[in-house]
Amino acid sequence: MIRIANGQGFWGDSLEAPLAQMRQGPIDYLTLDYLAEVTMSILQKQRSRDPGAGFARDFTEMIERGAHEIAGKGIRVIANAGGVNPEACADAVCSALTRAGVRDRIKIGVVAGDDIFGRLDDLLARGIELRNMDTGRPLSDVRARVRSANVYLGAYPIAEVLDRGARIVVTGGCADAALALGAAIHEFGWRAGDWNRLAAGIVGGHAIECGAQGTGGNTQFAWESTPDYANIGYPILEAEADGGMVITKHADTGGRVSVPGVTEQLVYEIGDPRSYITPDVVADFTSIRLEQCGKDRVRISGVEGKPATGTYKVSISYAAGYKAVGTMVYGWPDAAKKARIAAEILRARLDRLGLRFDGFHAELVGANACHGDLLSGEPSPDLPEAMLRVGVRGGDKRAVERFTREIAPLALNGPPVVTYVGGRPKVEEVVAYWPALIPKAEVTPRVTVRESNA
Amino acid sequence: MHRIAHARSGDKGDIANIGLIAYRAEDYEVLEKYVTAQRVKEHFREIAHGLVERFELPNLRALNYVLHNALDGGGTVSLRTDAQGKTYGAALLRMEIEVTDGELT
Repeated sequence: MIRIANGQGFWGDSLEAPLAQMRQGPIDYLTLDYLAEVTMSILQKQRSRDPGAGFARDFTEMIERGAHEIAGKGIRVIANAGGVNPEACADAVCSALTRAGVRDRIKIGVVAGDDIFGRLDDLLARGIELRNMDTGRPLSDVRARVRSANVYLGAYPIAEVLDRGARIVVTGGCADAALALGAAIHEFGWRAGDWNRLAAGIVGGHAIECGAQGTGGNTQFAWESTPDYANIGYPILEAEADGGMVITKHADTGGRVSVPGVTEQLVYEIGDPRSYITPDVVADFTSIRLEQCGKDRVRISGVEGKPATGTYKVSISYAAGYKAVGTMVYGWPDAAKKARIAAEILRARLDRLGLRFDGFHAELVGANACHGDLLSGEPSPDLPEAMLRVGVRGGDKRAVERFTREIAPLALNGPPVVTYVGGRPKVEEVVAYWPALIPKAEVTPRVTVRESNA
Repeated sequence: MHRIAHARSGDKGDIANIGLIAYRAEDYEVLEKYVTAQRVKEHFREIAHGLVERFELPNLRALNYVLHNALDGGGTVSLRTDAQGKTYGAALLRMEIEVTDGELT
């Protein structure tokens, strides 16, 4: 049995959780998921300004702080922290280990080859259209505005560098659940054909990939009785060679590992549950059995898998204009009515200025922002206050900038009992997401291992 | 519906998904019978504008709803507070379903 811990559910998650996972109890692997759909485009922007940037710096700082646990306890770390620059990330990991005095004891594995940005024109010229999986449009529609293009690689390249002795593995684009599956493949030698075991590894990986969302964080089930949120334990996957999986967490930590809580995580961000497609296997979530097998222990069994598909998913980002969002707060009485009227006034003024936008959106935070008017109903006239949040987006940057100058004047030339919060909104560039598929034959994962004496 | 079920929701591009989970095994059938894709599409008509698909996971007492064109363009494009549909699960729990006597014990 191996213990695979998760210490990071997204880039920006707790800085302490990875260290706590290594210090508060036994683990064999620490997996860290830094990449979300749009993270790559942010990192791409950073690399365009600085060729040595473009990866998750939080990760290398964590490595320095945790170097002695990694070296002393034999923990192996697997992270998709490499972003659009895995080699530079590995360089920074080397430096961090050197500063900590343990570089001579740790080999670093690097998984790259996911970045196809530089090959897009060649691929398109050869008839690989990289059509948007949601809209069906070919990538040529937005080719000139593409900012990044990364394949979600699978678990085998991770297993390969682990086989070659890597103790820290840095990847670029990589399927979230493949981080844990890579560890299991390395330990247990699972191969294509072991579909049920590979699928079990993916289900286990999915259960832990969002950090504390698997252990009672952001969990609706019995949230008020969740023990000690402040010291919440992040999830640990206990994986067996036969595909047996248990989700748990370290003793004496907060949170809760329960069947309802793990179920919430399993249904998170899935489509057709019969075909949860990953690079290495297609898992059938309708085969999963869950069972409470002890305090803070949930067993996953029965998982069935099918052969992997012939394609990888590609995450492409492209520039899609500009947006800005501003806020005003209106006070009692009739706070919501005042806020609504303010939005109408603003819209009329933008029209008079001849400004055109692809999107205009006004909402009342505290009344209808998340669920809309239909569900939320008419706000009470006795609301103590209502926050108007209003935004625009469009391709004309000057129009969006002009919009940002029209918010503050409402403080004096619109409805009364108003306070202006947040200052003039900033104009942001919109980077949109373009999911596509690419034949596996077009992608060659590139793996290297940096020796410990390098 | 919040009395008999809990939920979690998230995003993929401009698609939101909601996993709806019965607290008790015996209530799963009630959810399956009444909370159809059509009902969910109607419930979310103001904020989700595309196809709604429903998938059943009786093994987890769960239903998964996939709402297309649901996030004002998707996470980075959207002007909404909830650009990633994180609160849609709770929004679904605000739906009222009328059951016949004896269906909820």
